[in-house]
Amino acid sequence: MLYLSVFVLIPVAAVIDKAFSTGLGDFWTSVSNSISRTALENTLVISLIVAVISAVMGTIVAWVLIRDEFPGKRLLNAIIDLPFALPTIVASLALLGLYGTGSPVGVNLALTKTIIGVALLFVTLPFVVRSVQPVLLEIDTEVEEAASSLGAANSVTFRRVVLPALRPAIVSGTALSFARCMGEYGSIVLLATKVPIASLIIYNDVESGTTQSAAGLSVALLVITLAILFGLRTWGSIRGR
Amino acid sequence: MVVRPFWRYSLRTVALAYLAVLLIGPVVFIFIKTFEHGFETAWSYVTTPAAVSAFWLSVLIAAIAVPLNTIFGVGTAIVLIRSKARGRRLLDALIDIPFVVSPVIAGLALVLVYGINGWFGSWFADHGIQIIYAPAGMIIATVFVSLPFCVREVAPVLMEVGTEQEQAATTLGASSWQTFWRVTLPSIRQGVAYGVVLTTARALGEIGAVAVVSSNVLGSTVSLPLLVKYRTTTPGPGGITAAYATGTELAVMSLIVLLAMTLLSPQRKDAR
Repeated sequence: MLYLSVFVLIPVAAVIDKAFSTGLGDFWTSVSNSISRTALENTLVISLIVAVISAVMGTIVAWVLIRDEFPGKRLLNAIIDLPFALPTIVASLALLGLYGTGSPVGVNLALTKTIIGVALLFVTLPFVVRSVQPVLLEIDTEVEEAASSLGAANSVTFRRVVLPALRPAIVSGTALSFARCMGEYGSIVLLATKVPIASLIIYNDVESGTTQSAAGLSVALLVITLAILFGLRTWGSIRGR
Repeated sequence: MVVRPFWRYSLRTVALAYLAVLLIGPVVFIFIKTFEHGFETAWSYVTTPAAVSAFWLSVLIAAIAVPLNTIFGVGTAIVLIRSKARGRRLLDALIDIPFVVSPVIAGLALVLVYGINGWFGSWFADHGIQIIYAPAGMIIATVFVSLPFCVREVAPVLMEVGTEQEQAATTLGASSWQTFWRVTLPSIRQGVAYGVVLTTARALGEIGAVAVVSSNVLGSTVSLPLLVKYRTTTPGPGGITAAYATGTELAVMSLIVLLAMTLLSPQRKDAR
């Protein structure tokens, strides 16, 4: 507990304290000015979109890796963990070179929100795949077969049998992805030079010495992240019943 | 669910295309770009004094942060799973804070506590200890962001192993210390190893939290990821190729970590 306090709890308390250190008015100014507002809005919108795409694609990838058979599957399964292992700045550099100005594949997404989204999809890829995979492996295919033999179409079987079983895993994987997106810095630092993103604005504020406004924006970012995570968890448990 | 071949091939194509565009393309690209001007050139960029010092700083950070978080991780997992201490559930929730808090916010938090004008900053300054803008701060930042990994890998394994063998050992007269070393630790070895690998990967690659508490002076507080950023944003003689070379250096280190992950993964039941 002491260890946790020294490294995590006291520092986080210091941020909250700093945000309100000069009164509620200054806190409000630091989060409601136009740059902060745009940054929070961009961060939230991009994170939500990425979380949804990551959930859908992650489930598809997990399904293919468990239920499908093709040569090279084991290798593919191994590289899913790559975004956990590869330093995010390397991902940032690679995406900048491959999909930015002077792209060798003719896709120039430099300075757009899309390339930020692509970077976030990269870093969050393993979350949903790795939480859905073990569940998909354990589901009894007999129930699915029973549904099919009773005349259920594939779409019905998927919606009524497979999806409910996978839902908790998808929701928890998506929650992790979303939280990661909201705070991500490394993979987008080279890409988000024109689009204001909360974590980069906080970094710039600290560098220029305006720690109060950095702290204010941090608190706002944390509150939004926690609110959405809480909502997601509540929704997950209501639907799960 | 009998999936017709058409759908199976479609899904396979979609999944493979997605992975190719997102994962394989960028990584292959980095390697090609690095060796565009030959191996010698690339090698010269990773052996400049600044690059060598960045390499050793990254190794130092990992060498301190990983053992600390491993000891903490195993200890905390045991408290969470085995003890009935009050506040256990609170501790459980607090462990995940670093997963939710942005690394940049973590860096800011450390500046506010350990910086010159921070809560404890003046005390450390009086004793001649500099934390922020020094390697010490970068180590603390890394500990912060990589703290939950080991706990979260060890806890489920500990739960699954159960307490029967531990009880047997105690009944046969083993002290709690002996029980831990001879019974508990060997049975959770796999989980610990995987936790160490994940922590190491994060420690080597961390940039957000570390960037905030670094002075960004080449040769003193620039770790490998920061060097990649530095070489991209302020291209030196080698231009962007120097950045690619450092990127490849990091990628090779991470491939070693990935290999360790893959070798350890068949035994793990829980994938987080």
